Amino acid sequence: MQLRFSAEDEAFRAEVRRWLDERLHGDYRHLRGRGGPGREHEMVEERRAWERVLGEAGWIGLGWPAAAGGKGAPLLRQVIFHEEYARARAPGRLGHIGEYLLAPTIAALGTRAQQEKFLPPIARGEQLWCQGYSEPGAGSDLAGVTTRAELVGHTRRVTGQKIWTSHAHLADWCFVLCRTSASPAAKRHEGLSYLLVPMRQDGITVRPIRQLTGTAEFCEVFFDGARTPEDHVIGAVGQGWKVAMATLSFERGASTLGQQIGFAAELDAIIHAARHNGADRDPQLRQRIADAWIGLRVMRWNALRVLGHGEGGELPREALGSKLSWSTWHRRLGELAMDVLGAEAEIIAAAPYALTPLQETFLFSRADTIYAGSSEIQKNIIAARALGLPRGPT
Amino acid sequence: MRFGFTEEQDELRRSVRRVLDDAGGVAAARRVMLAGGNHDTATWQRLARDLGLAGLVVPERHGGAGLGWVEVIAVMEELGRALACVPFLSSSVLSTAAILAAGSDDQQQQILPPLARGDVTAALAWLEIGGDPDPATITTTARPAPGGHVLLDGKKRFVIDGASADLLLVVARAPGTTGTDGLGLYEVPGGASGLRRHRLPTMDATRALAEVVLADVRVPETSRLGGDATGWPTIARALERGQVALAAEQVGAAQRCLDLGIEYAQVRHQFGRPIGSFQAIQHSLAELFVMVESARSAAYYAGWAAEHADPDEATETTACAAAFCADACFHVAAETIQVHGGIGFTWEHDAHLYFKRARAGRTVLGSPSFHREQLARRLGLGVDPDETTAPEAV
Repeated sequence: MQLRFSAEDEAFRAEVRRWLDERLHGDYRHLRGRGGPGREHEMVEERRAWERVLGEAGWIGLGWPAAAGGKGAPLLRQVIFHEEYARARAPGRLGHIGEYLLAPTIAALGTRAQQEKFLPPIARGEQLWCQGYSEPGAGSDLAGVTTRAELVGHTRRVTGQKIWTSHAHLADWCFVLCRTSASPAAKRHEGLSYLLVPMRQDGITVRPIRQLTGTAEFCEVFFDGARTPEDHVIGAVGQGWKVAMATLSFERGASTLGQQIGFAAELDAIIHAARHNGADRDPQLRQRIADAWIGLRVMRWNALRVLGHGEGGELPREALGSKLSWSTWHRRLGELAMDVLGAEAEIIAAAPYALTPLQETFLFSRADTIYAGSSEIQKNIIAARALGLPRGPT
Repeated sequence: MRFGFTEEQDELRRSVRRVLDDAGGVAAARRVMLAGGNHDTATWQRLARDLGLAGLVVPERHGGAGLGWVEVIAVMEELGRALACVPFLSSSVLSTAAILAAGSDDQQQQILPPLARGDVTAALAWLEIGGDPDPATITTTARPAPGGHVLLDGKKRFVIDGASADLLLVVARAPGTTGTDGLGLYEVPGGASGLRRHRLPTMDATRALAEVVLADVRVPETSRLGGDATGWPTIARALERGQVALAAEQVGAAQRCLDLGIEYAQVRHQFGRPIGSFQAIQHSLAELFVMVESARSAAYYAGWAAEHADPDEATETTACAAAFCADACFHVAAETIQVHGGIGFTWEHDAHLYFKRARAGRTVLGSPSFHREQLARRLGLGVDPDETTAPEAV
């Protein structure tokens, strides 16, 4: 077992840290701690500018293959970047969907022309992307999408509705999972395509969804004959399901340790509050805080273990539990925060509905176990892929 | 970054598994249970002598294999899987760690070689009535007596393998001392005059616990390991090593339970289909999978930390792993009975053996709530603000 970063990796860490500190204690200091899950409405224009700063410095596309214009940095370097980014409390990313979901997909499955057209603007931090997967009738059952894209001449015309689309109101482009086959497919996973659609056009209407947090970071997107050139399909027409699944498989856990640094800051705030208000005199609350601490540590060790497998090949089985673990832990942390704060937990920061950070954690974490594959779907996936249990009645 | 074992460590694990499988796996534990014995003596001889487990962590200069705590993890996982009835934890881990931590070089040279050869075994007599792991509750005294002697007086309980060990290591305090002050560790031969011990009847019949009564047992002053200089912190360090080993045992046992559950869910049919095709069973097993893998990460990391991290990190890591693995093992074993339904409730099925071992493991080296309380105190919770400061979360 070798569970430390190498000296070269630590030198890279120092470089990242220096770069971030110079900016986040300099011209961009007002951006520290802004944005991110539950806080996406904060300083949007400034964060858009920040994306270009990251792009100019070459920090976007660190993990993309060199052949696709990336840095080809090893997984551990990407991990370090995420860790330092989180530690510096750098602003929540607006470009992450393009950088981490779309770009690796194009790099792996796109044509040379598609790579040359789409990757450089993402790397420069100029183009923002959103993901058009979920629909009102297709949440956990993603293969049930009904949005369709008909071929009219050399143009695809997209009609339908997407929902829970992060950053749709800011995005320049959307990758849309849609039906491209007119005839009903024998299997629902067939006849789907992965289409790149420009967002700034007449055939698209974006409407924010106000969540139980009072804020709106997800949107509904209505497509009414929206146009895109026919060659803006990734992979072959009809192969959309495979491409969409590939997009999900590019996640190698590079951001997990960085995410945990954010979690640790929340837990520190709870510990601080408990010592301050005397909640730590309650042995049950002490136990729960210690349990949260243990849970966070264990998630870190899980992440190191997965990273230890390197970047090649199948993701190890134990990685399948990551989403279920962190989302469940984080939701419980929100509940713990409220119990530690006691009666004061009820008082929000300001009328009409400005929340304190711990209230945001408490309320927004209800979404953690729903989005990006609900806990129930995660358990289905574990049962099938990790445990090899037989398929259920459908 | 590498979280796995070396080829040599894997080979050690395979060798241990071969010996245990040859002995019949859990059937061997049943034989010991039926005969009311302390150990599977024949298997222990093979493990201790042929594979060198008795002296696994004993330095080569004292006749051992000179290996480390990562190897102990691999071995304990296998012992847990088979619920092996052997004195590895009591003698080769706890007692050996105590001697290594506390003993002078002369004492080590005198005690360790026969232990390492597997000629004799030792047991650590630490807990007393009630089994409170707080050292302040230790009442056994070590009274100076004429002629350079010490009189040990008190009653020890829950001593793992305490009835069969050739040598006892007794934690006792100087008269009039309190808290962790004045505690020392004394080597007492099994045949010492005034020493009475008997095995306690236990729910878990696969690990022998004893009561040890010391009625003014006279031992030379020189039997205090490390002399006056060695106190509770040294003993605590040895207990930590035992806690890490126990955590690994719990991982092995929990994995075996999960394997039994998965296997049964595929062969047991109800409503015309395997019960493993029902989501209720799938989700339960998926949760157990995440728990077992997380426990594995914790135990492995703790094993690594015992060898490579600074003592402070090792202490914290051990407390995390001990609490998490004990809880995980108990929950997994309990759910294993549930997944098996009626057959899981029978004496004939192995599930109860794992369940009972898991129960016993929750108190034999400190309970999960005790470990959590220790962590909470390290975080400055429930203590005087001046007493300690909280370390950073990650």
